[in-house]
Amino acid sequence: MNKPNYTQVGRSVPRIDGPLKVKGEAIYTDDMVLPRMAYGKIKRSPYAHAIIKKIDYSKALELPGVIAVITGEDGPNKWGIVPQTANEVALAVGKVRFWGEGVAAVAAIDEETAEAALDLIEVEYEPLPVLLDPQESMQRANEVRIHEDAPENILHAGEQLFGDPDKAFAECTYVLEKEFHTSYVNHAFLEPHTALASFDTPSGQLQMWSSTQVPHYLHRQLSIVLEMPMNKIRVTLPAIGGAFGGKGEASPADFCAALLSRKIGRPVKVTYERSEVFATNKGRHPCHMKMKIGLDQDGYIQAIDFDNTLDGGAYAGWGIVVMFYTASMIHLPYKVPNARARVRRVYTNKPTCGAMRGLGGVQPRYAMECMLDEMAEMVGISPYELKMKNAVESGYLSVSNLHVPHTEYKKCLQTAVEKSGYLEKHGKLPFGKGIGLAGGYYISGTAYTLYQAYKPHTTVLIRVDTEGGVTVHCAAADIGQGCNTVMAQMAAEELGIRYEDVHVVSGDTETGTFDLGSFASRLTYASGVAIKDAAAQINQKLKEVAAGMVGCRADQLEIKDGRFYSKFEPKKAIEWEKVVDVYTNAVGTLVGIGHFSPPRLKGIDLTRGKRVQGANIGHSPTFGFSCQIWEVDVDLETGKIRVAKVTEAGDCGQAVNPMSVDGQVEGSIMFAMGQALYEEMRLDAEGKMINASLHDYKVPTAMELPEIDTTIVDSYDPTAPFGVKESGEGPVQPTIPAITNAVYDAIGVRFTDLPITPEKVLRALKEKQALNSECSGS
Amino acid sequence: MEKTINLTVNGETRSIAVDVNQTLLEVLREDLGLTGTKKGCNQGECGACTVLMDGKPVSSCLVLAVKADGKTVMTIEGVAKDGSLHPIQETFNQKGAIQCGFCTPGMILTTKNLLDKNPNPSLGEIKEAISGNICRCTGYVQIIEAITSLAKEKNARGGV
Repeated sequence: MNKPNYTQVGRSVPRIDGPLKVKGEAIYTDDMVLPRMAYGKIKRSPYAHAIIKKIDYSKALELPGVIAVITGEDGPNKWGIVPQTANEVALAVGKVRFWGEGVAAVAAIDEETAEAALDLIEVEYEPLPVLLDPQESMQRANEVRIHEDAPENILHAGEQLFGDPDKAFAECTYVLEKEFHTSYVNHAFLEPHTALASFDTPSGQLQMWSSTQVPHYLHRQLSIVLEMPMNKIRVTLPAIGGAFGGKGEASPADFCAALLSRKIGRPVKVTYERSEVFATNKGRHPCHMKMKIGLDQDGYIQAIDFDNTLDGGAYAGWGIVVMFYTASMIHLPYKVPNARARVRRVYTNKPTCGAMRGLGGVQPRYAMECMLDEMAEMVGISPYELKMKNAVESGYLSVSNLHVPHTEYKKCLQTAVEKSGYLEKHGKLPFGKGIGLAGGYYISGTAYTLYQAYKPHTTVLIRVDTEGGVTVHCAAADIGQGCNTVMAQMAAEELGIRYEDVHVVSGDTETGTFDLGSFASRLTYASGVAIKDAAAQINQKLKEVAAGMVGCRADQLEIKDGRFYSKFEPKKAIEWEKVVDVYTNAVGTLVGIGHFSPPRLKGIDLTRGKRVQGANIGHSPTFGFSCQIWEVDVDLETGKIRVAKVTEAGDCGQAVNPMSVDGQVEGSIMFAMGQALYEEMRLDAEGKMINASLHDYKVPTAMELPEIDTTIVDSYDPTAPFGVKESGEGPVQPTIPAITNAVYDAIGVRFTDLPITPEKVLRALKEKQALNSECSGS
Repeated sequence: MEKTINLTVNGETRSIAVDVNQTLLEVLREDLGLTGTKKGCNQGECGACTVLMDGKPVSSCLVLAVKADGKTVMTIEGVAKDGSLHPIQETFNQKGAIQCGFCTPGMILTTKNLLDKNPNPSLGEIKEAISGNICRCTGYVQIIEAITSLAKEKNARGGV
């Protein structure tokens, strides 16, 4: 299928919310103040694991200005983003399971009073042994149990077997087995969690404003915790100051604001301090991985055996999803005929892990791309050649049933290699300088409803009239990634008008039509399908009117650049606005409603619970790809790694807004570089976080920015709306292994745990030196 | 304990009774309704609360309001003039230097200070100038591109 000539899709246009943001006039939740609004604060546990013996808040209530105090008993219903494993509560009930868990919340006339009241709440704890390591947690499960219903301290474990890996390994020429460990990192979005709840007692209606990326799931979870029907709750998103997965489930701020507001009949706002963002975490799962890869004599992958222990922290969260994703992600972007994955997600007394940009892909990608780098050396070819040999092609169906309708992954590899001069540099640079290559991919447009339902995942309503013009309604969440702008571009493209003339109403469960949320890189694809569907209905109706005005058959009309014209006689034309005017005068406001449901693949049956193993990401209609090549200088004196240059080439299908894609890719690169080199949340022996601030938790600043050269490779997925794929999670995948491979090329040391700090580099260099002198001495 | 301070905010002289332990950030956001100044960490680490005090960028969460007595403060709300965007704002918008927008006000004020004192900054000078403003979305590239193009424009026009 030929790529159509688009006019609105493919334009690098500024964000539709840009002007408000540069003026400082975009309203974020914490900017809002309502009449009679009270301020909420949460009292947090100083213990990582303890029984709550008693909470006495009588003194807090006596403090002038304090309006109400709640504890876990005020809203004890369990919530969770995955209903089957829901085990979180708004505030701890009976026991705390991590340092910083909320035990009580206060509403007061101002923040200062609320804070002072927290000190007056007396909580009596009986400390329990603290489990911080997943291996220890499993070993000591008989003696210390974190959740009563998880006797082995395991949330869930799974095994997936495809083909016969054992037989395949026996026949392999090259087999490598290694262990990798990833670190405990946080999203560090700039805007802390914040929620404003306004409960209207007479009508029983709750209005929520919240910094969330999942308005629908927040809506559902509020309904569960508050025991209110969803139609009595409205969730509205003001501007969102970044999320990266960390706002991909409800937060206790939401529940505490809502419960307090209902209790006092006044609006209540709860905004976290930065330390609370860290304490409530939901960042990336540290993974303890064993991977074994087998290649035949020609370097083709024959089998992978993957064992992963995920350190989940205290509660379930997105855990089971992340766990199965790690298992599923080994099946691409290379052809893997035989594979086994054994995975388990373990409870520990840490702030809970959850969803984070590139969920479930980043960890196995680190292991796999590093190992293939080493195995190329075993085979005696370049890592590039090995990866090209094994790379998937359009139409590939993995043994785990992942179907790749279209891919330009090989073009990504080629482009990055050519632009960086990888082949001329790899293995040939002086000691201390290195270059590393890695690839990656991510799902695009996928998602199950996390509760079992087959309803469409996105609905878009487009309204056309002479008064409001064109308005796209969808309850999608623009968390900064720019989906509102992209939706406007796609709607304009399909309607034949300009993106500047499209209004977008999103992020509201009442004025927006249904959407599952911004996660799993689903929105451009999903809303694209729904927009096409809705616009087609509008175009059909307008064409019938325009036909009479132009004087030709409706099915011979085209719409472009704000005009209807005959495709055979383009001079026969009429302005789009005039057609709308005639239509609305005769009929009234015109609407079209479009839906997106991910394709149902054979063998997946949610309602009866039958699943094809490995099909967790099987619903993904397409996949985005990326290749990165990193060049590093390792300072042999200080151990510091300086990144000189990053060359990236990505397949995001047709870029709807290339400037926005560049922003996603560059942002992904720096985001993942933080995890590779700097970031790690640290706990002391008692489980208290010792670096819960942006002073001690180091995210990359502009000073760490290397030269970045990105390429959007020419791509168009004919099965996708406008040919699109994801662009915001694929490019985080190759970063960590590409850096690790570059460091290996520089100093010959393979780092298998993160972050690669100067201390680790110096230690490794010392060990290497000792080994060398030992060898030369013998 | 309260104290009355006099300061000029975005060109307007204000007399405000503040608590002695209130920060400038709190006074701007809560007393003056200038919520374009953001609170990201309250520890002077993220730069989201950057304002210009007597022309210099400060983390307003680290400045006690009483220390702003007699000073001139510019917040993001004071950057656009007569309803039209300042060239820095316009360029940030055009170049994709914004995603979630939470760092944007502080980043723009830091940029304003940089370009006011150095119309032709090198890449290194740009990076250093904005190194106190964390942006977690963009990876800084498009922000730096915006600043670089502003510097070029400024030079082409012979400085503004």
